[in-house]
Amino acid sequence: MIAIFAFYLFATLTIASSVMVIFARNPVHSVLWLILAFFNAAGLMLLLGAEFIAMLLVIVYVGAVAVLFLFIVMMLDIDFAALRSGFTKNLPFGLIVALVLLAEIVVAVSAWKAGPVTGGAQPAATTQPNIEAVGELLYTRFLFPFEIAGLILLVAMIGAIVLTHRSRGDVRGQKVSRQVDRRPDEAIKNLNPAVGEGMKL
Amino acid sequence: MTAFFQNLGMTYDWAWFTATIVGILVIALPLMLAVAMVIYAERKIWAAIALRRGPNVVGPWGLLQSFADGLKVFLKETIIPSSANKGLFLIAPVITFTVALIVWAVVPFDVGVVLTDINVGLLYILAASSLGVYGVIIAGWASNSKYPFFSALRAAAQMVSYEVSIGFVLICVVLYAGTFNLTEIVLAQKGNIGFGLLNGHGFNPLLFPMAIVFLISSMAETFRTPFDLVEAESELVAGHQTEYSSMSFALFWLGEYANVILMCALNAILFWGGFLPPLNIEFLYAVPGIVWLLLKMGFFFFVFGWVKATVPRYRYDQLMRLGWKIFLPLSLLFVVLVSGWLMFTRYGVAA
Repeated sequence: MIAIFAFYLFATLTIASSVMVIFARNPVHSVLWLILAFFNAAGLMLLLGAEFIAMLLVIVYVGAVAVLFLFIVMMLDIDFAALRSGFTKNLPFGLIVALVLLAEIVVAVSAWKAGPVTGGAQPAATTQPNIEAVGELLYTRFLFPFEIAGLILLVAMIGAIVLTHRSRGDVRGQKVSRQVDRRPDEAIKNLNPAVGEGMKL
Repeated sequence: MTAFFQNLGMTYDWAWFTATIVGILVIALPLMLAVAMVIYAERKIWAAIALRRGPNVVGPWGLLQSFADGLKVFLKETIIPSSANKGLFLIAPVITFTVALIVWAVVPFDVGVVLTDINVGLLYILAASSLGVYGVIIAGWASNSKYPFFSALRAAAQMVSYEVSIGFVLICVVLYAGTFNLTEIVLAQKGNIGFGLLNGHGFNPLLFPMAIVFLISSMAETFRTPFDLVEAESELVAGHQTEYSSMSFALFWLGEYANVILMCALNAILFWGGFLPPLNIEFLYAVPGIVWLLLKMGFFFFVFGWVKATVPRYRYDQLMRLGWKIFLPLSLLFVVLVSGWLMFTRYGVAA
């Protein structure tokens, strides 16, 4: 009973908060509803017994990606009037995207009704923890795709650094070793200037 | 406990529900009491270091000072700024407080003395502690005021930066213990070093540097001095709490201290043997495990207070440099070293 209750709770909240992502007037509210949706999706994963995926969803999406997202959206200076005037202009494009998604859902549901892709293969025994099962598969059967994915991410990371890095000539960088090595006798000068003369640094 | 409630004539579902609620209260209520006492203890530590007396008026030796403060904030009016985003403004302290409490669900106080003994315990802690930043960000944004907003931006950047190195430190511990379950991580430390004499990953020369990195990162993660730039009073008034008053302010405080106690517990559990005695000698096991855990937490809490009383605040660029340029490469290097060592000793080189 508790499992069923939890399922309907998470499922309803996921759908409701996804709807609110679209209909919220304020973009920051949208991001917060999105976070709630992520969170409830993690709850659904938990009910399916995929606790590792659920935790990763919370750590990666809620804990890191959404924080940066919120960070950016909070600093945007948004003109709500301009946003609303774009509604009719983008409506046809939005409708096309919605139709494509609808078609995909119809295809997916009909394919699912035709039978599982795995051809009746049962999931592994539940005595083995998720993490070990995932690790075993990742480092044996799917080793090559896994490492290629890592390589692609590395390239993306280097690309992001190359694109955003610029060396400005007009800044003085911090040299921490010099700051730490500084001693009082080179930092402080004890002077006794004569009256009316001031002092030169 | 579920069985006990079933004996009282409840169905399994209701017995489970009641047992869980009771378990939560058994952890949360003493924790709140501990927060009150811990605030008193910390003020006494700072006072002693600054050669002052500290709270000494309310109750014997000032022991009831925190309760007097609590009563005071409880009786004050909650002021909501007129331009604040009302709903989010009120939700923010609740999020901080709740997130600080939910992490305790997986903290083992002894073998079997834990609310939920899940096998992804450490990941759960990482997930829940990464949520803590939302309280600060939402508070900063919803206040609709300059200083809280700056504070929110600082908090977001700081939290994300230090979580990376904390993640790698935890990976080292997990590699060594071979499990994500916190109870098993503690049990894996039993006599694992010093010819079976010492209990604790921290005594292992390979993991000791990681224990230090984790201690410092946990200070950054809870926004404590020397990393309390989020509420640096010389620049940001009171940071994200500037617009808060009465109970909503108190919830931030309770959450913050619950987080600090949690980080002390994590330091003890991951690196210094948790509920095991420090030495693997038979008669030391006569002392209940929870006493050892509380002693270790007390020690780390003293270290936190000691640092807060003596170390000046970092500059923001120094904070970022420490997180990204020192801790991240260091912890990454130790992940490689630890896994290499384990491949060499535990699994054989050829594997």
